[in-house]
Amino acid sequence: MTRALPVLSVILGILAIWYLATVWMNAPWAYDQAAREGRSLGFGALVSDTMAQARPVLPPPHQVAAKLWEGLTAQAVTSKKSLVYHGYVTFRGTMWGFALGIVLGVGLAMAIVRFRVMDLSLMPWAIISQTVPIVAIAPMILAMSNKLGIEGREVPKAVIAAYLSFFPVLVSMVKGLRAPDQMQLDLLKTWGATEAQTFFRLRLPASMPYFFASLKVSVAAALVGTIVGELPTGAVEGLGARMLIGSQFGEPLITWAALFASAILAGLLIVAVGTVERLANSRMGVRA
Amino acid sequence: MKDTLNIAPPVIEAEALDLVFQTADGPVQALKDVNLSIGKGDFVSFIGPSGCGKTTFLRCIAALEHPTAGRLTVNGMTPDEARRKRAYGYVFQAAGLYPWRTIAGNIRLPLEIMGFSKAEQTQRVERVLDLVDLSGFGKKFPWQLSGGMQQRASIARALAFDADILLMDEPFGALDEIVRDRLNEELLKLWARTGKTIGFVTHSIPEAVYLSTKIVVMSPRPGRITDVIDSPLPRERPLDIRDSSQFIEIAHRVREGLRAGHGDEV
Repeated sequence: MTRALPVLSVILGILAIWYLATVWMNAPWAYDQAAREGRSLGFGALVSDTMAQARPVLPPPHQVAAKLWEGLTAQAVTSKKSLVYHGYVTFRGTMWGFALGIVLGVGLAMAIVRFRVMDLSLMPWAIISQTVPIVAIAPMILAMSNKLGIEGREVPKAVIAAYLSFFPVLVSMVKGLRAPDQMQLDLLKTWGATEAQTFFRLRLPASMPYFFASLKVSVAAALVGTIVGELPTGAVEGLGARMLIGSQFGEPLITWAALFASAILAGLLIVAVGTVERLANSRMGVRA
Repeated sequence: MKDTLNIAPPVIEAEALDLVFQTADGPVQALKDVNLSIGKGDFVSFIGPSGCGKTTFLRCIAALEHPTAGRLTVNGMTPDEARRKRAYGYVFQAAGLYPWRTIAGNIRLPLEIMGFSKAEQTQRVERVLDLVDLSGFGKKFPWQLSGGMQQRASIARALAFDADILLMDEPFGALDEIVRDRLNEELLKLWARTGKTIGFVTHSIPEAVYLSTKIVVMSPRPGRITDVIDSPLPRERPLDIRDSSQFIEIAHRVREGLRAGHGDEV
């Protein structure tokens, strides 16, 4: 309870501000409607109107929650209207991008730690890559994969997600693989260890705490990348496509429901990574 | 400097050894004209202030540094060849146990790298754990052991592959005096039981005198040997031997050697 209390108070605070903002932001439309119909609007009527508009500027929390619930449960999970279906599409894209990002990040980190020339030549480009806004790159990647004759969006989505998610893994793994000190390396040398033995028995296990710390950032980045990959026009599947459809057709509730669905998905992914980390930690004898 | 008492060929022999490090501030003479011969079963301590080259010399024996001039042989081979023949185990100041491996797993590490069979690994781990009095701790992780026990585990690791030479670089330097006394006593017992040749770097005069059959006094700038003392103390040494007049006499000579080496700097 002592741990839940601060979280609960923050949530209550946010809800309070949200409801106030809802009244404030939806009021102009309510006043306009009332004026057009030639009736005056009291405060009580104003509040109840702003809470239940069909196309609010800012939907109140209960409307978003209802829409989210409807999207999750009102139809079969295979339906195109189901947020579970779209969430699964986004989840699949995220996992491909995440996996690709890990392979790329770990691979580049290994090369950078092993070869000084890679450190000098690759690292600056890796950093520059992250300064380019992904929303500018995403449509280019989609167009290019189209030109290359790749069907659908699975591949370009994974590439965009990997573009974002490899970087945290790369930076952490470079640090992690360099974590062993000179004494530990000397010790292996006195036993005549090969480079591969040094890598697998010392450098790799020593880098694991860094690896798992980076995975939490990386999985969230992969999700963002996937959603950005679903945004450009033409996409019909995925939470990103739902958000865009909502805004294009003037249905803010759809956008908001998709937004919260992706937040829930992000939360689940981070919990999953945390669970894997705990399992690995207990196997590696980390003090509980 | 030749140890005339030993008829058998020396285990470690250095002749006119020089080592110059090239640093950003110019060349640094870490070792200058080092001549030393260590016989089989000797317990040799290297003592001297920081920068006297005692650790550097030990690292040369282990082929972690390479002398720029002179001759150095280990069991009649170059240090690099000796390493391939598993001639020595090295113990550093920090235990350097892998936190993700159990104590047994840590001791098994050099055996895995050297390609011993699984059965032999298990049997050797058991044996050396017993040797350092850590039987029953094999399944513990390093953080579950005290600093002194961790250092004992690292000694067990160095003993696991049956090297004849044990090189120890201030192995007890980070431990408190009480633990240190006990480990010194245990190290002597271990030495008596195994007959290893031990090279031991230390800052402590009592430690050097208590443990060694031969004390090598070194001094810095450039790193060189100023005195080699063959200890007349018996091989069997209870802790209270440190109150004997003979012990105090040797300690005095070591102190004099250290002072002389420092010249006008002190």
